[in-house]
Amino acid sequence: MDFALSAQEEAFRKEVSDWLDTNMKEISQRRSRQDALAGERDPDELQEFTRWWHKKLYDAGFVGITWPKEYGGRGATLMEQVIFNQEMAKHRAPGGVGGLGTGWAGPTIMAAGTEEQKKRFLPKILSGEDVWCQAFSEPEAGSDLANCQTRAVEDGDDYIINGQKVWTTGGMRADWAILLAKTDFDSETPRHRTFSYFLMDMHSPGVTVRPLREITGAAAFGETFLDDVRIPKSLMVGDKNNGWYISMGTLEFERSNSSSAIQYLNTITNLIELAQKMEHHGQPLSKEPMTRQKIAQFYIEANVGKYIGLRALTRQLRGQTPGPESAVGSLLMMELSQRIDDFAMYLQGPYSQLVRGSKHAINNGAWVRSFLASRGRTLATGTSEIKRNIIAQRTLGLPRYTQ
Amino acid sequence: MNFELDEEQIMLKTAARDFLEKECPKKLVREMMEDEEGYSGELWKKIADLGWLGLTFPEEYDGVGSSFLDLVVLLEECGRALLPCPFMPTVVLTGHPILAAGTDEQKKYFLPQIAGGGMILSLALMEASGDFEASDIAVTATPSGDNFIINGMKLFVPNAHIADYLLCVTRTNDASNKEEGITLFLVDARTDGIQIEVLKTLTGEKLCEVVFNNVTVPAKNILGEPDRGWSIMKRVLVEAQVAECAWMVGGARWAMETSIEYAKMRIAFDRPIGSFQAIQHKLANMAVEVEGATSIMYYAAWTIMENDSDMALAASMAKSWCGETYKHATFDGIQIHGGMGYTWDHDMHLYLKRAKACEVTFGDSDYHREKVAQLLNI
Repeated sequence: MDFALSAQEEAFRKEVSDWLDTNMKEISQRRSRQDALAGERDPDELQEFTRWWHKKLYDAGFVGITWPKEYGGRGATLMEQVIFNQEMAKHRAPGGVGGLGTGWAGPTIMAAGTEEQKKRFLPKILSGEDVWCQAFSEPEAGSDLANCQTRAVEDGDDYIINGQKVWTTGGMRADWAILLAKTDFDSETPRHRTFSYFLMDMHSPGVTVRPLREITGAAAFGETFLDDVRIPKSLMVGDKNNGWYISMGTLEFERSNSSSAIQYLNTITNLIELAQKMEHHGQPLSKEPMTRQKIAQFYIEANVGKYIGLRALTRQLRGQTPGPESAVGSLLMMELSQRIDDFAMYLQGPYSQLVRGSKHAINNGAWVRSFLASRGRTLATGTSEIKRNIIAQRTLGLPRYTQ
Repeated sequence: MNFELDEEQIMLKTAARDFLEKECPKKLVREMMEDEEGYSGELWKKIADLGWLGLTFPEEYDGVGSSFLDLVVLLEECGRALLPCPFMPTVVLTGHPILAAGTDEQKKYFLPQIAGGGMILSLALMEASGDFEASDIAVTATPSGDNFIINGMKLFVPNAHIADYLLCVTRTNDASNKEEGITLFLVDARTDGIQIEVLKTLTGEKLCEVVFNNVTVPAKNILGEPDRGWSIMKRVLVEAQVAECAWMVGGARWAMETSIEYAKMRIAFDRPIGSFQAIQHKLANMAVEVEGATSIMYYAAWTIMENDSDMALAASMAKSWCGETYKHATFDGIQIHGGMGYTWDHDMHLYLKRAKACEVTFGDSDYHREKVAQLLNI
């Protein structure tokens, strides 16, 4: 057992840290503008900022750290990627262009794509020139993803796609999508063997994205309508009817929680400041036993999540299959973030009702936005109920419920 | 970056589990709950022969020279087996401070005897207040020639009734800073004026009231420096908290695994109850807590091994989390077992009772959350 970094890893950590120290200063002015924008969600300016920042990260060699050099990556170790993520979180640095490309589409293409697909797509994913989104879920296929109905029918060198996708994050601005569509229509075939995995040009004729306004009032994702959209056969990933298994590989690509733990610890620092600022009968709330108990509990949970994540990371570094740590860690953290945001609202009492732009609003309503957004954290990437089912069935070996 | 047990630690764990499954069946655990002494001398000797009692002592004191991390690996298995013996009080609560602060003479006298299984020790710390801050220490030791005279009552002293020596935490000076003026004495438990009474406990564990009535102790039996004993105790408490966590993780994991097995096997409404989400989600929550407890406990043990400055914070985080984990695992363990879990015959109640006892030993979860708040300067 050893939590220390090797000399090489420490040198890399310092390189990242120094780079961020310099460049975060440089962007602080832009960033405060971006923060202000985040509330308004002016999508154009936000995107322009994100692309600008992505390019800086890319030019410094910090995008695709573990990707092979031949596809434009750094060819470095997973540990170095983790160190980079941790430093980004420590510096509270914003992310680059859509993690969906670098986190999901890219690794899937690398694992299952053709050489031509790799050459064509991977460099532009890294450079941020291509923005990616995911078109998996449908109105009738959320937790029960295998109920997808979108159809892909062969026609010459193409497939013709018809159907509707939903919760397409960033869909309105994406250039490309990873798409799951049915290619076997025989009702006797087990549903998991009826899907194929496609790379879809979002600018193709027949693709319409309608923004979906969410609980915060902003529209981060959309509904995607596909009407006779043509996708060349060369853009199928892997074998026909094997798409389900490829997509599961994508979904199970679980990253270590050690950097998200740092983000939560940052939020807890903000929460402590809030509790010290808010007063009740002339005394800071931070001196009230109940507040102290709650905040300490959050801090403990974030650390428990951090060390669960490091156990998962150890397995990953050794190339072992994920153990029980991965799934339990992500469940703990998604629910923790909701508890933190809810408590931050509680601390503000009646002020918690004041939103951005209101007189007397605390932190200009930032906690309200964060609280509202937090309600989605037990829904996205699998609801907390589905996560519990997965832990029970796959990790603990309990039987599935069958009729 | 490497957060897992090494090969030797895994071997130690496996060997300990095999040994305890054979030598410490629940039948023995139940017998010892009723037994006056509360432990098996035969088993104690075997444990000593395996090198467990001197695991963390250097070889020159007949020890094995292993780390604190190795010790918690072992304690996790002891907790799983509910091993009834004075291991913790003898090794962690007194052996370690003797090793850390004892004179050569003291170390040479006590440590080999502990390692060989020939001597049982315990820590006389808590008093009627039931707390363990320096300000709670009211038992006095007054100088008298080459001796000190101890007066007062200690409570919740584990295994004092079978102890050869007690490490007694006394107040020798009533300074305004309560952490000053504390002196530790190694007291022969058979000295005149010591009265020991075993209390009846939830677990059958032998916690004692120890009354000191003009007990004479030679000044050479002071451990560490006069009036400066609390700095030794601070370290003892951190180690004790993490050792207790290891014990709790072992028990909680037993409760979880036993409940999973039962849920797979027990049929109701024509199917295993483990296929119902109501049961699956309880067990998934248990897995989150138990995996979390394992992770934070081992991290805390690592900080102790490395003398890391975060050790008090890590110990408090671990003790707070593990205390709740063990309790929840046995509460839900009983619930999943239904009426069977409520019976005397089933072993789950042994673990539930132990969970409640562990929870309040060296500070409950609320206590440690407040400690965390203080350490974070909230």
